[in-house]
Amino acid sequence: MSTFRFAVNVLPKDGILDPQGRAVEGSLGHLGVDGVSAVRVGRRVELTVEAGDEASARAVVDRLGQELFSNPLIESFEVEAR
Amino acid sequence: MTRIGVVVFPGSNCDRDTLRGLELAGAEAVPLWHEQGSLDGAAAVVLPGGFAYGDYLRAGVIARFSPVMRAVSAFAAEGGLVLGICNGFQVIAEAGLVPGALLRNRGLRFLGRDVHIAAEQLDTPFTALLGDGRALRMPIAHGEGCYYADDATLDELERDGQVLFRYVRADGTRAAVEGDPANPNGSLRAIAGVRNGRGNVAGLMPHPERAVDAILGSDDGLPILRSLVEAAARAEQGRGAIPVAAGVR
Repeated sequence: MSTFRFAVNVLPKDGILDPQGRAVEGSLGHLGVDGVSAVRVGRRVELTVEAGDEASARAVVDRLGQELFSNPLIESFEVEAR
Repeated sequence: MTRIGVVVFPGSNCDRDTLRGLELAGAEAVPLWHEQGSLDGAAAVVLPGGFAYGDYLRAGVIARFSPVMRAVSAFAAEGGLVLGICNGFQVIAEAGLVPGALLRNRGLRFLGRDVHIAAEQLDTPFTALLGDGRALRMPIAHGEGCYYADDATLDELERDGQVLFRYVRADGTRAAVEGDPANPNGSLRAIAGVRNGRGNVAGLMPHPERAVDAILGSDDGLPILRSLVEAAARAEQGRGAIPVAAGVR
């Protein structure tokens, strides 16, 4: 068994209302920043998985991404090996 | 007396009000702890408001995997009556027992105040005693109550009569989606509550159990709870023995 580190990045799907992203975007003027758009705010989950090989570790992370970390109706996720 | 179970998760905070509301509605109301795998013979189950498991990760998602939710899902699959209120609605939406998802309020603020809703369907186990579709006043208390489903699903819900409650203005007219205080969270199509296709599982964001006595400012919520209790009593008689979901306690 080895340990594998992953990060799962969860973001609101395109077209889904993201009030946090909108609020962040709305604040940029106060910072004197312009030219920034399409701000989306999501969530990042980092985890360590013990498994025989990377593929089976990744399968566990994919399942967690699908069933727990994201709601597939409104969010998408990407798995990143670290 | 008809027994109705009220699920108690760590972080539930409307369970006492819900138990009391169900008692006023004529039920024997019993708490069901989140770690139990049986529904103790309840003829209907209510998932109350609060912050189950701290609302960590996403409101309702961790609660979805608790032992009691396995029993609730099995009960719902057999046609058992389930009502989710506020956080309970978020839990049953995450569990896929009703369509859609609850997003962060459009205005980003947690809102605790009275709203008006009206029932769209009056022949359901949750609304049968409302009489008509007049505006009902009751409180909301949530940060993630913006009802979302994709357009195709929303069309389907409308067509199949699955939109149970909508936010309305005090005069009963339908609230707009954006920029209308009568739709507090910006819910699509002003949807405040939905039911599943079979009609035995429903959820709503406002709190009927906080509007069960004139001294609370409104008793408009009581007929919703009474509808559920009556429907549960009928279901119990119809079935004879109450189907209890497989216990794994």
